[in-house]
Amino acid sequence: MTPPLIELRNVKKSFGSKVVLDGVNLTIEQGQVTTIIGKSGTGKSVMLKNIIGLMEPDEGTILFKGKDIKTMLPHERQDYYCQLSYMFQNNALFDSMTVYENIAFPLEQTTELGTEEIRTRVRKKMEQTDLLGVGSRFPSEISGGMQKRVAFSRALVTQPEIVLFDEPTTGQDIVRRNAILSMIAEYKKKFGFTAIVISHDIPDILFISNRVLVLHQGKIVFQGTPQELESFEHSYVDEFIESLEGFKEHLTGLYSRRSFKMRYHNTLSKKKQDENYCIAIFAIADFSKVCDDLGFVTGQNLLKELGNYISKHFDPVGGFSARQRRSRFLTVLPQATIDEARQLLESFGKDVEENGFSSAVDPFFDPGGRCHDLTILAGYAEGVSDQENLNDVLVKARKNLYAIAEIKCVARR
Amino acid sequence: MPDTTSSASAFNFLEKIGAPFLHLIRSLGRVAFFLARALVKIFAKKQLQSIAQHVYYIGARSAPIVMLVGLFTGMVLGLQLFHTLVRFGSAGVLGSAVGLTLVRELGPVLTAIMITARAGSAMSTEIGIQRITEQIDALQTMGVDPLRYLVSPRIAAAVISFPILTALFDLIGFLGGFLTGVVLLGLDAGTYFYRLQSSILFEDINGGFVKSLVFAIIVTTVCCYNGFYTHLRKDSFGAKAVGLATTSAVVISCVLILISDYVVTSILL
Repeated sequence: MTPPLIELRNVKKSFGSKVVLDGVNLTIEQGQVTTIIGKSGTGKSVMLKNIIGLMEPDEGTILFKGKDIKTMLPHERQDYYCQLSYMFQNNALFDSMTVYENIAFPLEQTTELGTEEIRTRVRKKMEQTDLLGVGSRFPSEISGGMQKRVAFSRALVTQPEIVLFDEPTTGQDIVRRNAILSMIAEYKKKFGFTAIVISHDIPDILFISNRVLVLHQGKIVFQGTPQELESFEHSYVDEFIESLEGFKEHLTGLYSRRSFKMRYHNTLSKKKQDENYCIAIFAIADFSKVCDDLGFVTGQNLLKELGNYISKHFDPVGGFSARQRRSRFLTVLPQATIDEARQLLESFGKDVEENGFSSAVDPFFDPGGRCHDLTILAGYAEGVSDQENLNDVLVKARKNLYAIAEIKCVARR
Repeated sequence: MPDTTSSASAFNFLEKIGAPFLHLIRSLGRVAFFLARALVKIFAKKQLQSIAQHVYYIGARSAPIVMLVGLFTGMVLGLQLFHTLVRFGSAGVLGSAVGLTLVRELGPVLTAIMITARAGSAMSTEIGIQRITEQIDALQTMGVDPLRYLVSPRIAAAVISFPILTALFDLIGFLGGFLTGVVLLGLDAGTYFYRLQSSILFEDINGGFVKSLVFAIIVTTVCCYNGFYTHLRKDSFGAKAVGLATTSAVVISCVLILISDYVVTSILL
């Protein structure tokens, strides 16, 4: 069996009386993006510094391809370090060198490439990270976000086999953050490199990660895929995901997906066998086109108002709802029969048609002055508590989708 | 039955005396190891350009201040020695007195102290800042040996620059002695230069250069070492540690210049 690329066995590290790493065990597999998450100050950076050799563990071993780096011969250790590259949390740029010189430095010092080749590679990297205009400036003359991208370029310019990123996207706007994450994913695809990333940009970072490690109170409490993380039961994960999803709740005024799931299980588990329940789904027709024509902000406002309508009509009858997809809402009505559900939906549609979307009246006109109609779709279905799972009932509801409310722009004007 | 209280206090006393001594021995060992590794790495690849840059900074950029100090040292020597020698009726040997004092002692010592103040302090500060901002760690993670990149070129550049600057100091010092002794006080120019030329032997010049080489190694090692290990200081952290490292570097360098001057002189004589 092939040993993991990097393995930490019972690694301990303390600073004075403060124990930072308390017996860390983990594996890093070749060609994968491994993300380490955890609260600030839990020792994630210390762990990376132990891997890259800037610190030595007090106890435990670090193995590279099954070999303890402490017992390696000097040339073997040198080979190991040569395969690694590290992007520091605070960038660690050379402040007396220009941006160009910073990126070119590892190539000049560790390779035999000619000046022209170095220039080509550096320019390409600067182009990819949107740094072309600042090559002759010093790090102190550019913004924090740019400095981060310089550090990112410098870490990748030598095309290393293993790259350790310590918060590569901190301080970046959403466009550049995505660009950096895409670059990591693209590099992995292109060169098959191994990346170890410390990041707080969840869930974005999880989209490019093969594995996730959770560091909590000096120990790795979870190792697995991002999908496995969702079902992982741990106080840290609950706390973390709750804080993330709190924002979503604030956005729509409805349950987060995780809370919805918990409420769904709790409610249905209390129901008797063969007892029925209903679900309803709601959506804005052609939502992507609505966003394209009227703008992203208007789209978000519409969703928020739709969430408020749903909450207003279905919460009082014991229903609970969550945003299921970009523009689709799901409501569970545990006590309602199918007829009651139909009546509730009709009343809902009537209310929407009569009162409309007050905050989005004007934006129904696009910048060219064209008017846009808005259609709200709804569907409902009945499920049996212990015989059908939610997805089966959802499929039935989707099949019955119909226009429950139509808001004509002429009528609104 | 032995008196445990007195033996414990005796042990504490010994510990108090011994700890600083052991620390000193350890530090000396570390400095020696630091210097040895840096010296070996002077001959590594990609060093020439870096050495040339440091020769420019330590050598060429220090030349004006060394010349200025050399001129006034020569002038004050000319003035003091003329009035002293006149009392003994031997003003004619002013050239010899000025020349030998400069070549054997003041040239190497004052040049080294001036370079310590100008370039040594800058070395310590620059490396210290690089240490606390993780730039040295960054070098290490790139596979660039920090000693090879930061320290070795500076030692090589100092070994090249110190003797040249010392020679410059001596020459300008002779001129300073000439200005006060001959131009100001009326000593015969031929006598001044004849005495200067005839009394300075090759051994004197050689001794001065040996001293300047020793000082070059001491100054750069002490200054680079203090900057390089700024983060290990126990008395302070961050910017304050860099300041204290620089102060220590300059003070220790100056003291070691004077101590080693005595040692080298006693060996050479």
